[in-house]
Amino acid sequence: MRNIFAVARREFQGYFNSLIAYVFLVIYLLLTNWLFFRPFFLNGQADMRNMFAIIPWVFLFFVPAITMRLWAEEKKIGTMELLMTLPIKDSEAVLGKFLAALGLLATALILTFPTPIIVSTLGNLDPGPMWGAYLGSILIGAAYLAIGVFISSLTENQIVAFIISIVVIFLLYIMGNDMVLFSAPAAFASVLEFLSLGSHFDSIGRGVIDLRDIMYYLSVIVFFLYLNIKSVESRKWR
Amino acid sequence: MIEVRNCVKRFGPTVAVRDISFSVPKGEILGLLGPNGAGKTTTMRILTCYMPADEGTVSVAGYDVATDSVEVRKRIGYLPENAPLYKEMYALAFLDFIARVRGIPASKKQSRIDDIIEICGIKEVLHKRIGEMSKGYQQRVGLAQTLIHDPDVLILDEPTTGLDPNQIKQIRDLIKEIGREKTVILSTHILPEVQATTNRVLIMDYGRLVADGTPDELSKKAKGAESLVVQVRGPEESISDLLTGIEEVTRLRLADSEEEFHRFELSVTNGRIAAEKVFSIAVQEGWTLRELRPESQSLEEVFYELTMGEREEQ
Ligand SMILES: Nc1ncnc2c1ncn2[C@@H]1O[C@H](COP(=O)(O)OP(=O)(O)O)[C@@H](O)[C@H]1O
Ligand SMILES: [Mg+2]
Repeated sequence: MRNIFAVARREFQGYFNSLIAYVFLVIYLLLTNWLFFRPFFLNGQADMRNMFAIIPWVFLFFVPAITMRLWAEEKKIGTMELLMTLPIKDSEAVLGKFLAALGLLATALILTFPTPIIVSTLGNLDPGPMWGAYLGSILIGAAYLAIGVFISSLTENQIVAFIISIVVIFLLYIMGNDMVLFSAPAAFASVLEFLSLGSHFDSIGRGVIDLRDIMYYLSVIVFFLYLNIKSVESRKWR
Repeated sequence: MIEVRNCVKRFGPTVAVRDISFSVPKGEILGLLGPNGAGKTTTMRILTCYMPADEGTVSVAGYDVATDSVEVRKRIGYLPENAPLYKEMYALAFLDFIARVRGIPASKKQSRIDDIIEICGIKEVLHKRIGEMSKGYQQRVGLAQTLIHDPDVLILDEPTTGLDPNQIKQIRDLIKEIGREKTVILSTHILPEVQATTNRVLIMDYGRLVADGTPDELSKKAKGAESLVVQVRGPEESISDLLTGIEEVTRLRLADSEEEFHRFELSVTNGRIAAEKVFSIAVQEGWTLRELRPESQSLEEVFYELTMGEREEQ
């Protein structure tokens, strides 16, 4: 536990040391608020739905940007050897890095709180869908993060990690899309839909919180963190 | 303190470490000497649990690296080759991170870090990012990082490579200072390094151990490997015959020829006497002597002598 937090703390500070955090937070807040307030002023809708509908697409680029360095950088400058010879278990290092990235993402989401508060003073805000949307965002964000951190552990090159993460997350997201499902064989289509990152988000975002959706995201997170531990261990098999 | 038994490590077709065994008693400063690719780093990575050996057993402070890796790592301070550090971090934050991972209780952390800053002389760079420091200071921060938990064993991979002569001297003194109460293994490919800092030397070559002894024993053996560079004008054939005939010359190699001048490299057992003999032969034969100088020993030549010596003894 102590080690997980020590690693997470170092990585979290690292985001702020290298300005990545500030750039990320500022762009994220500008983008989401612009996307939110534009329809709000155009047709006076006091509704958070638009803002959250685009979350999976915003995260598609933001999450790989914050995960790409986590392992690739350590491998490139050689600090991997320093880190892995400290009395830290591989799993603790993986969890620490994941939590640091999750911390940054959570910070971004918390900083968007003023928006619903403003909306609720201007009109009636239905709190159910709003909380559902936040829950859905953090879940899908965490799943993206787990994928991104894992992919970062496969290469020394941050840009490669960034691009591959975008491609993989995009494919996992889009495979539950109607267009894909329509062209796939029926039996296969339901599997694709179940495994897709996107289909589970839509229902949570509507405020329908189903335990199965939550379990789905937690499983994706656990699965990719497990792969990450294995890929970090793989230095020992070569 | 450290026991290595029949350790083997392969990387695909390359065998980086071939069946080496050695032990290091408590309190010793051991130098691991060898040219690039000898297997020093690989040996250290096995000791520090970065990667497992394919065969053999390795234990540190009584704990096996394969089964008790965390216990081993708790007792070691390790500085990997080139001192890889988090460049964007401030030195103080970095040491704080290491202290946390090393499990230093919060109440003692500050005083421990202060002590280490004092010992390693890094006070003036504490508020710089590690990447902005000179190589010498980075190396000191790297050493500081190994000391925070007051480990029994220090493993330092080429701690002075890439430093200027002043920095080298300072780092060596620092290692000697902190090595007084610790068991230390340091690797190097520079012969004087081990003479300056260690009390026992292991020489590695092609993944094997080829010599084991004190620096004095080692330099006595290496004495047989002095060399002379001789450049003369004359008939090549008779020059090489006459020079090989000198008692002190163990090996002769034609390095280059330009016009009438031939440059030879001689391995000799006694450089001074050999040089006198070369000179008088040149005078007798009427050769023009353009160059006659002793050359500092390259490690390869020391190796050559040492490994040949070993084979002859067997
Ligand atoms: N991770 C690795 N993968 C493949 N070969 C390696 C690896 N590490 C070392 N080697 C090879 O093992 C041999 C010993 O290397 P090393 O232990 O780094 O030597 P040294 O530290 O003495 O220079 C070299 O031939 C090197 O190329
Ligand atoms: Mg090396």
